[in-house]
Amino acid sequence: MTTLDSSKEIQKNTSEVNEKHEDFRMFGLVTFLIADGMTFAGFFAAYLTYKAVNPLPEGAIYELELPIPTLNTILLLVSSATFHKAGKALLKDKNSDSQKWLILTALLGIVFLICQLFEYFHLPFGLTDNLFASTFYALTGFHGLHVTLGTLMILIISWQTRLNTGRITSKNMFPLEAVELYWHFVDGIWVILFIILYLL
Amino acid sequence: MTISIDPQKDNNESLQPNGWLRYLSFSLDHKVIGIQYMVCGFLFYLIGGTLASAIRIELASPMSDFLPRDVYNQFLTLHGTIMIFLWIVPVVNGAFGNYLIPFYVGARDMAFPRLNAVAFWLIPPSGLMLITSYFVEGAAQSGWTAYPPLSITTPQSGQIIWIISVLLLGGSSIFGGINFIATIIKLRRPGLKLMQLPMYCWAMLGTSLLVVLSTPVLAGTLILLSFDIVAHTGFFNPVLGGNVVVYQHLFWFYSHPAVYIMVLPAFGLVSEILPVHSRKPLFGYTTMVYSIMGIVVLGLVVWAHHMFTSGTPPWMRLFFTIATSFIAVPTGIKFFNWVATLWGGKISINSAMLFSCGFIINFVFGGITGVALAQVPFDIHVHDTYFVVAHFHYIVYGGTVFIIFSSIYHWFPKVTGKMLGEKLGIIHFAITFIGFNLCFAPQHWLGLNGMPRRVAEYDPQFEFVNQISSIGALLMAISTLPFLVNIFLSFRNGKDSGNNPWNALTPEWLTTSPPPVENWEGDAPLVEEPYGYGYSFSEKNKKI
Repeated sequence: MTTLDSSKEIQKNTSEVNEKHEDFRMFGLVTFLIADGMTFAGFFAAYLTYKAVNPLPEGAIYELELPIPTLNTILLLVSSATFHKAGKALLKDKNSDSQKWLILTALLGIVFLICQLFEYFHLPFGLTDNLFASTFYALTGFHGLHVTLGTLMILIISWQTRLNTGRITSKNMFPLEAVELYWHFVDGIWVILFIILYLL
Repeated sequence: MTISIDPQKDNNESLQPNGWLRYLSFSLDHKVIGIQYMVCGFLFYLIGGTLASAIRIELASPMSDFLPRDVYNQFLTLHGTIMIFLWIVPVVNGAFGNYLIPFYVGARDMAFPRLNAVAFWLIPPSGLMLITSYFVEGAAQSGWTAYPPLSITTPQSGQIIWIISVLLLGGSSIFGGINFIATIIKLRRPGLKLMQLPMYCWAMLGTSLLVVLSTPVLAGTLILLSFDIVAHTGFFNPVLGGNVVVYQHLFWFYSHPAVYIMVLPAFGLVSEILPVHSRKPLFGYTTMVYSIMGIVVLGLVVWAHHMFTSGTPPWMRLFFTIATSFIAVPTGIKFFNWVATLWGGKISINSAMLFSCGFIINFVFGGITGVALAQVPFDIHVHDTYFVVAHFHYIVYGGTVFIIFSSIYHWFPKVTGKMLGEKLGIIHFAITFIGFNLCFAPQHWLGLNGMPRRVAEYDPQFEFVNQISSIGALLMAISTLPFLVNIFLSFRNGKDSGNNPWNALTPEWLTTSPPPVENWEGDAPLVEEPYGYGYSFSEKNKKI
C-alpha cells in the first residue's frame, strides 16, 4: 500500500468535506439502468435460445410486418433528438421552448404506444399461440411499459419546466437530465429489440 | 454540481422518533437501518431454523410420519427461501454493509439514504407475505429453485406469492447494491484512495456489482414464470413447446452469483476480524483485492455447473468445469492469506476469533467438495443427492453464518457500547461447531451412497446416519439459546466496552461506541493504513 502526503490538500478540503459532496444521483441512475438493461439482456438471451433450439410446431405463425415497427423506430429516434433540444433550450434559460420540446417528445412517445397497440390488435397471433408469440409480447410489452413510464415522467417534467422560477431551471437540470438519460436508454433498447426481433 | 448538507443540524430530528421507536420508523440513519436489517434478518433466521428443525425431525425416521409430504415440500421451500433471501443476503450485505461502509469510506451516511430505507422496508412485508402463504392456501412446494414444470404444476397461489416475494426482495437487493457502489466509489472522504479501503469495502463493491448485474435477470425470469402460471404461456412448459433448460440457465445466471453474494461479504468481514484479534496486518492486501474481483468475474461465467445433468452439450460441460475449477484459485489465495495473517500473530482466543477460525475450517471443507462437484463425472454421480446439501450448507452455514456470529461478537461493543459475555460466547461456539459438523458431515456419506435430497421419505438403510445428522441439527437449534441469553444479559448489564475495546485501527472504532448520529464529532479521520498493527507509526513511515 502506498501513502500520500496529502495533509495540505485535506486541510484545504476539510470544510468542504462536511458541508458539500459531489452530486452522484446521475451515477446511481446509470447503475440502475445497467441493472434494468440486464433484465432486457435476460429476455433477449431467452428469445435467442428459443430461436436456436426450440422449433415451432407446424403451421405456427411467426411472421411480422415491418412498416409499423420501422415507423416506431423513427418515432423514438426523433423523440431522442427532440428531448436533446429541450435540454439545450433549458440551458439557454428558454423555459417555454424547453417545455414545448418536451411536450413534443411526450407526444411522440404516445404515438409510439398507439402504433404498438395498433400492431398488437392486427397481429395474426395471440399471447399464448406459440413460443415465438409469447416471447414477442413479453419483450415488446416490457419495453412498452418502459415507454409508458418514460412518457409519464416527461409529462411531469414538462409541467415543472414551464417557469423560470419553477422546480426545473437551468440551475437545477437534474430531473430533466435524468429523464433524458432514461429516455435515451429506452430508445437504445428499442433499437436492439427491433434488430433482434424484427430483422434477424 | 454539489449538494449542501449541514452536519450540525439533525435533519431527521423532527421527522423520526427517538429511542427504540426509531428502529420501527422509516429512519434514514445508516446505523439504524443496519440494525433494522440485523434484527429483522435474525427473526427470519429463527423461523427458518424452526423449519429446518422440523425437516430434520421428519428425516429422523424413513417414513413421512411427522410431516405430511406436501407440508414437507412447503417447509423445505420456505426454509431455503427464508434463509437465503431473508437472512443471509440481507444480513451480510444489508446489516453489516449499511452499518460499516459509511465509516470505512469516512462518510456521514450512505449515498442515497432514502433509497436505503426503501430497500429495507421492502423486506418485512415480503417476508411476512411469504410466510403467511403457508397459512392461507399452502406455500410454494417447488424448492427455492422453483424449477418448471414442477413450479407450474404445483398449486398456483403459493407459487405466485413466492414469486412476488422474491421479486420484491430482489428489488430491495438491487437498491442496496446501487447504494453500496455509489457510496464506495463516490462518497469516499477526500484523500482516501481505493487501495486504502478496508477489505470489507472491496468485498461489498464486488458483491454489489454481482447484485446489480445478475439479480435483474432473475427478476425477468420470474416474470416469465408467472406468465406461465397465470396466463398459460409456454415459456418453460414443454407441453406448450417451451424449454425448461432456458429457465435453468436464466435462474442460475442469478443464483450462482447469489452464492458469492452470500459469501463474498463474509470474506470481507473475516478479513476485518482476523487482523484485529491476531494483531497483525492483513496478509496480502493487494492479492486479496484482485482475488475478490477475480471471483466476481469468474462467478458470472460458471452458472451451468448446476446443470450438468440437464442435457448440457459436451463443450458446455468442458467450459463450465474449467471455469468453475478456476474459482478455486482466487478463493485459495484468500484462504492462504487468512492463514498467513494468523501465522505468528498475537492471537486472542475469544468468541469472535473462534467463530472466524471455525469459518476457515468449514470453508475449506465446503471449498474442496465444491471443486469436486465441478467435475462432470463426479457431479453426475452425486447430482441432487445429500452430497450437494452438505456442500451447500458447509458454504453458507459453516461459512457465512459462522462469520455473521463472529461479526456480532466483534461489533456488538461498537453498536451498544457493551461487551458480549465471553463464557456464553465460547459455549455458543462449541455447540454450534459440534452441532454443525455432526449435522452436515454425515450427509456427504448419505449423498455418496445415493440418498436423494428434497424427499420426505428414504431407504431404511440410511436411518442411522440420518439420526446422527438430526442430533446435530438439534444441537444447532440449542446453540441459539446461549446466544440469545448472552445478547439479552449483555444488553441489560454487560461490561462497559469503552470506545475501542479491541484496540482496532479501522475507522469505525475511531469514534465513540455507540457512535453519534452523524458518525463523527468533527471531521472524519483519514485512515491510510487500516491494518497497521504490530509496528509503531514512525516505523511505518520508515518502511514506506
